[in-house]
Amino acid sequence: MSIDTAPGANANALDATSGVATRRDILHRLLMTLGPILAALIIAGCILLAVGVDPLAYYGYVLEKGLFSPLGIQQTLTRMAPLLFLAAGLIVAFRAGMWNLGGDGQFLLGAVTAAASAPVLVQVMPAWLALICSFLISMVVAMAWSLLPALLRAYQGVNEIITTLMMTFLGTSLANVLVKLVFRDPGTTVPQTRTLSVEDRLPRLFDTTITSGLVLGLAAIIIVHLVMTRTAFGLKLRIVGANPRAAVHAGLGVPGLTVAVFAISAGLAGLAGAVDIIGVQGNVRADWNPAYGLAVIPAVFLARMNGFAAIGFVFLLSVLSIGGESAARRLGVPNHFTLVLVSIVLIVLALAEYVDHRYNQSRKA
Amino acid sequence: MTGLFSEVFLGALLFGAVTAAVPLLLAGLGEQMSEKAGVLNIGIEGMMLAGAYLGFVGAFYSGSLWLGFLTGAAGGIAVALIMALLCVRIGLNQIVNGIALTLGLEGLTALLHHFQFSRSYPRLPAADATVIPLLSDIPVIGPAFFRHHLIVYLAVALVFAMSYLYRRTQLGLNLQAAGDKPAALDVAGIDVIRTRTIAVLTTGALAGLGGAYLANVGAGLFIPFITNGAGFLGIVLAMLARGRPVWVLFGALLFGVCLSLTTAMQVAGINIPTDIIQMLPFLAVMIMLVLFGRRASLPAALGIPYERGAR
Repeated sequence: MSIDTAPGANANALDATSGVATRRDILHRLLMTLGPILAALIIAGCILLAVGVDPLAYYGYVLEKGLFSPLGIQQTLTRMAPLLFLAAGLIVAFRAGMWNLGGDGQFLLGAVTAAASAPVLVQVMPAWLALICSFLISMVVAMAWSLLPALLRAYQGVNEIITTLMMTFLGTSLANVLVKLVFRDPGTTVPQTRTLSVEDRLPRLFDTTITSGLVLGLAAIIIVHLVMTRTAFGLKLRIVGANPRAAVHAGLGVPGLTVAVFAISAGLAGLAGAVDIIGVQGNVRADWNPAYGLAVIPAVFLARMNGFAAIGFVFLLSVLSIGGESAARRLGVPNHFTLVLVSIVLIVLALAEYVDHRYNQSRKA
Repeated sequence: MTGLFSEVFLGALLFGAVTAAVPLLLAGLGEQMSEKAGVLNIGIEGMMLAGAYLGFVGAFYSGSLWLGFLTGAAGGIAVALIMALLCVRIGLNQIVNGIALTLGLEGLTALLHHFQFSRSYPRLPAADATVIPLLSDIPVIGPAFFRHHLIVYLAVALVFAMSYLYRRTQLGLNLQAAGDKPAALDVAGIDVIRTRTIAVLTTGALAGLGGAYLANVGAGLFIPFITNGAGFLGIVLAMLARGRPVWVLFGALLFGVCLSLTTAMQVAGINIPTDIIQMLPFLAVMIMLVLFGRRASLPAALGIPYERGAR
């Protein structure tokens, strides 16, 4: 039941880092990214017009609240932290040719674990140690959650797209059960976990409201990028991704590597949940599911599994989501419009990439 | 509290199971056709949502359920057109675009509903059932299986029509070949792209119909994100069914029972948190995958875009 749609199997994956990009290339890439985004904004603007909202007002608001206001940009950068962890996890999986679509379940379980453990741990040990412990427990829980899909894929050849998706639905419900029944804060009437007090959360950067989780997220994605492109371990994973059969012949322990990939990928998703709780939210409310996991997938793919490019796309996603939330409150456009916008951006970018590719080919021929 | 195994409870459970199974059946049959032709259609959840929304709107304004089904199917086809363009004609990555379409339709249908109905959720009148004489008089089973809207029987008939299509018709063989060895089909002089496009559009129509049933008959109203993973369950059904429509039917009924347990248990007064009951269908899937996953077989060229003369 294996499908050879390995995401890393396209030609770009292996040579993404070879060769130094010239200035013209960079300019070209920038143009090929910004042009389609502009086109997507126009298309999405037409939808806004259709429902009777002034698109210019909406976009102006998104930009102002997501990018240009001091508070907005701080929120945007804060939002990036969990998204960066999720993106880092996806890069590992995608480069190794595996579709971990279970990010949301792993994220939520990591978040609930952090929310349950951190407030308890800070009472018995120094805050910094408690936070580190919480991070580690969240990571382990998320890793454990990915074990079943990993084993099924490694030893039974069961397609991981389906198993991880199913585990995400299970994980979302399980997280809710945990919040409502097990870790519920007896002190409040709202079903939510105990709240980590603000002074015990991750320290803020300088004099801003940006959480230091951003630094951790940036470090995570850069480390992942370097490991995948510069180390023997990363090379092994990329070979598995490019051609699993050849990897077996090359003497690589593919089942073991598969399990390792899932563990790393899920562990990073769990850390994403933890960093969102310990850095920003402080607790998990019942039925909370920001669904970052699915939204990050196409962004990582558009970045061609390149860590640095992914940072750029994650930033864009953050601006849209923070700006969209503010605009939703102010202009009466539901938050859901952000989903529409992101999806149109993705499709138009993918189309542009195709057109560009065809153009280059016809020029060579 | 009524007994767990009383006639009333069993009847309600089975009736609910059939109602819950129909959208899964339609989605599963649709996905099966795409998969046979070599397209892994992750966008099916989006197609169902489009069908649910447009189906509801169609039925709401026209007052006709059948017109609702028609607009629902049209909504599914509209999304399938984008999928066919991106993933069949152009050959972009099917999974990424499927996810993008699902996300987009989640947002778009919720947005349109908001601007149309604000925070109200108008209901459709209950769908009138077609009672099959004699059979419907059988205790428990009769009311559960033979008192449904006409479209339920049509959906079951479709299972056998699909079986016939795959086994006995040229188009069925072409579809299978498009998924197993597209190059061979091409050599035989049949347009692979066209065959796959037909498959994806049919998937859209079926998924849209399934969504419309979900909103119009199952719930009687449209709420954002109403499909709640039904499309993904359809994908699992198609994968486990190994290309056989009848297996999709049985799988859909099995999942239908799981879904129906949610409401049935509440009716019976058994106090289990809904979150736990909501896990049941997905738990069932995981158990089935653990037990039978290895035996599921998929077309060789599934997920690989076909480009003429590429190899």
